[in-house]
Amino acid sequence: MEQIYWPSVFFLIFGGLACAFSLAVLLSTNIVRMAFYLVLALAATAGLFFLAGQEFVGAMQLLIYVGGTLVLLIFGVMLTSQERFVNMKTPAGDWVLGMIAGGALLSLLTAAAFSVPEWRSPERAAVEKLQAEPNATPIGMGLLGARVDKIDAPTSEQAGRSGYLFPFEIVSVHLLVVLIGAAYLARAKRRANPLPTG
Amino acid sequence: MASGINNLLDWLLSSWLLSGLGWSIPSDSAVGYVVAALIHIVLILNLVAVGALVFIWLERKISGRIQDRLGPTRVGGKFGWLQTLADGLKLITKEDLMPDGADGFLFKIAPYVSFAASIAAFIAIPFAGGPYPWIAQHLNTGVFFVVAVLGLEVFGVILAGYSSASKWSLFGAMREAAQVVSYEVPLGMCAVVPVLIAGSMDMVVIGNQQAGLFTNWFIFHDPATFITFWVYFTCATASVNRAPFDLAEAESELVAGFHTEYSGLRWSFFFMAEYGSMLSVSILASVLFLGAWNGPIPIASILGLTYENGELTGYLGNLIGLTNVLLKGVVGVCVMIWIRWTLPRLRIDQVMATCLKYCTPIAAVMFLGAVLWQYNLPGRTFFGLLPAPAAMFAVDEGWDAPRAASVEPARPAVVDVREGREAELWEASPTPKQLEGPNWLEVERGIGVGDASHSKSASHTHNQHFASQGRRD
Repeated sequence: MEQIYWPSVFFLIFGGLACAFSLAVLLSTNIVRMAFYLVLALAATAGLFFLAGQEFVGAMQLLIYVGGTLVLLIFGVMLTSQERFVNMKTPAGDWVLGMIAGGALLSLLTAAAFSVPEWRSPERAAVEKLQAEPNATPIGMGLLGARVDKIDAPTSEQAGRSGYLFPFEIVSVHLLVVLIGAAYLARAKRRANPLPTG
Repeated sequence: MASGINNLLDWLLSSWLLSGLGWSIPSDSAVGYVVAALIHIVLILNLVAVGALVFIWLERKISGRIQDRLGPTRVGGKFGWLQTLADGLKLITKEDLMPDGADGFLFKIAPYVSFAASIAAFIAIPFAGGPYPWIAQHLNTGVFFVVAVLGLEVFGVILAGYSSASKWSLFGAMREAAQVVSYEVPLGMCAVVPVLIAGSMDMVVIGNQQAGLFTNWFIFHDPATFITFWVYFTCATASVNRAPFDLAEAESELVAGFHTEYSGLRWSFFFMAEYGSMLSVSILASVLFLGAWNGPIPIASILGLTYENGELTGYLGNLIGLTNVLLKGVVGVCVMIWIRWTLPRLRIDQVMATCLKYCTPIAAVMFLGAVLWQYNLPGRTFFGLLPAPAAMFAVDEGWDAPRAASVEPARPAVVDVREGREAELWEASPTPKQLEGPNWLEVERGIGVGDASHSKSASHTHNQHFASQGRRD
């Protein structure tokens, strides 16, 4: 029992669950069940984040994808689904096309995963020395434009300054525009010629 | 075999029980790992299950009193205390029904989804603080995790409503989903305010900062937090779908909402989930606003039940903390029951208007108010501003001193923010002096010590500051 490295075991469990539920999303024909399996796959991914010590990202995954997006998705299904969309049948041609596209992507990703030296699994002794650090602060600092993980960079321009402030602002302004647009489109329309009352 | 059991007991003692006493855990022991996890699971499951048992009885008794009735009296003699057990027996023996057109798999799994989400919130909730907190999983972002997980319960509700093949269930589920999803917004904004004051999302750190007299509780920190607490409690009541916000199960229109078609044990799982969520939001309220495991008077530190005086006394002090947390949680649940049997049910548009027109703007303004208070009066609480006698009472040294010593945060990352507003980031974060440029000097002025007129707190934080620098070098 002493030889078992438990984080690896849990990694395999959560990774396997994520893969299995992703396959279940593919193979099921009922659209609500698909959404349910997708929730489980995303929750297993959140488990992987927790396992990696990135609690903030894991909780974010739960809040945004599992709690937000999927609820919205099921809502959309409930509001719009007609009889022929509830059970989806994939034609054989689509299967072949999907297999080709997915297989190509998978081979590419697999090759990439094994060719980047930083992604090789390190020695167990090195892993056990690693300590997960408190992690919400660097993310917040990064969004404000300060990369605390790059302090030791040679020039002061790179040192802690190459954050994500600009993309963060762009994304937030973009989302605000989307929000206002949605509110504009969904507003109660006023009649052009109001009916005479009384 | 015997040696196996022996080893198991050994790991059990060493890995969980003794870690509560502050002794070290053998971290790579497989059996200890599993046993510790199992003990945590059993404790949390029993907290929710036994809690539901008590709360159902309590709800019936309180509602009986409020409506001038007796409530359960027949079963179990005095006060009818066996009533819930009898209810449970009845529910277990009921037939497990499922409508013809239902989606069998989803229909069967939906109650468990709800229940699992409700229980998962308890993973990150601390039950006693101090240097060795009692918490199943000490998360760095505990508040965020709990708020995120509480939002997952709606998923089981939607599944139940959809898969029941019943229009009442579907309407109930859609109403509840709309309600819970919208109330998550003001709930999250209210939860941000204590996080802002504490400077950490770690619930243990937040609780430890409220140690001492009740004047140190975050609800009394400033007027903004005082209002925020009531908004939080309203939103929490709505997000666990309790009256007056329980339109989703309006019996006159929807029969029972999303669980119309459920019977027996599956139905009771939904109710266990509801009572579990009520308890968890109440405990979250107590951790964020009501001083967590600190009673109104710091009995534990007055009696010397801290970890400095030995491990056993620290353990006893944590027991007092556990009692405090559970008491505050139960009081919160009782208030929810009281509200339920007092107020009439709101219409759906009124529910949504309460959320969007009132709770959200108030929470946003209170957030701004808390920021302004922290900026203008760094490290001062409302009671700390009162004239001399009251202020002395509020920050009495005799009760303040053990707090400063014993309540070192469990991780060294966060320094007590209220003593000078120093948010030391994390160990490897840039000390402002290491980065050149005017911006960082401003950052230092903003986050750092500020004014030297606070002689006591300023010197305290200066020391911390230099200590952290020394660690880095």
